[in-house]
Amino acid sequence: MSEWPLWEVFIRSMHGLAHKHVGSLHAPDAEMAIRNARDVYTRRNEGVSIWVVRSSDITASSPGDKEALFEPANSKVYRHPTFYEVPDEVENL
Amino acid sequence: MSAEFQERIEAGIKIEPKDEMPEGYRNTLIRQISQHAHSEIVGQLPEGNWITRAPTLKRKAILLAKVQDEAGHGLYLYAAVETLGVTREQTIQDLLSGKAKYSSIFNYPTLTWADIGAIGWLVDGAAIINQIPICRCSYGPYARAMVRICKEETFHQRQGFEIMLTLARGTPEQKAMAQDALNRWWWPSLMMHGPPDADSKHSAQSMAWKIKLFSNDELRQKFVDQIAPQADFLGLKIPDPDLKWNPERGHYDFGPIDWNEFYSVIQGNGPCNRERLQARIDAHRQGAWVRDAAAAYAAKQRAKARVA
Ligand SMILES: [Fe+2]
Ligand SMILES: [Fe+2]
Repeated sequence: MSEWPLWEVFIRSMHGLAHKHVGSLHAPDAEMAIRNARDVYTRRNEGVSIWVVRSSDITASSPGDKEALFEPANSKVYRHPTFYEVPDEVENL
Repeated sequence: MSAEFQERIEAGIKIEPKDEMPEGYRNTLIRQISQHAHSEIVGQLPEGNWITRAPTLKRKAILLAKVQDEAGHGLYLYAAVETLGVTREQTIQDLLSGKAKYSSIFNYPTLTWADIGAIGWLVDGAAIINQIPICRCSYGPYARAMVRICKEETFHQRQGFEIMLTLARGTPEQKAMAQDALNRWWWPSLMMHGPPDADSKHSAQSMAWKIKLFSNDELRQKFVDQIAPQADFLGLKIPDPDLKWNPERGHYDFGPIDWNEFYSVIQGNGPCNRERLQARIDAHRQGAWVRDAAAAYAAKQRAKARVA
């Protein structure tokens, strides 16, 4: 028998918050993945909503691409409000 | 890669599954995390022995929840092992074939209800001391699994201590039962931190890789220092004539540990080694039809969805 597929589990911990990755588990299908996720990851009211997605359906950036992907942002300090000098007398800015 | 990798470890940058890592680092983690996972799973067996015989419904509900947590811990850790490139099936096979080890503490029997108290208080207590530093270890998935686990362990230790306290304040027979459990679990619990630093063959490298942050002897001392006053509070006596507070060191001194017993149990000669492994083999075999049925059902649903 082949192994049950791997699923990534995302949980919304409270209304108003985004789903967050909490871990993974094996299950034969999505429905069972949700049920297992409930037992494995929400035994203490950790969530109000669960997403599961097959791990094989996730495309991830690779660590080798880190520079190409993230370096350009490093030089653009002017995207942060702290880049700008505001005179002390000016308020609400 | 080795120097670069070490620099990264020293800078405290976590290693993640897709990052390059030395084979030795990967293999050490596979061995350690899978051993840890197996310990959580096999660790359900001694306590499971008392679920149907818990003295009250409340105690039964608590013990069920505790044992279910241990199953969860096993699953978080199996998932962490898998990120290192070993299949779940292989990891389980390694346990069932006897190739992989689990904590030798679980090869001791639970003879009375007081053992459930002693396990929570001492065994989970020792586990917490071992596990808290791992929350900061260099491998991301292991560290994150450990954060979840540590959050849940405090309940385990407290429920055990509460059982001991109830027995210690009960009838003379109940107090004697608590003392007997402490007598039997004390030394095996001290062994949970692993062999003495001088004989610990993997320690130095693991510490350099920040998989391990404190030495076995440091962890053991911390455990003794925490437990000794708690035993006093319970009015129970730790079975070690050499145990006493040393004001100069600011620690408790304690007597020598019988490491022959430890190695003998690891080698398979503990009171319950065979029984524990057989229980896992039986569970795996008896659960085969459920796994197969669920997979067949899922395949059928997929086929139906394709047609529709
Ligand atoms: Fe645990
Ligand atoms: Fe525990």
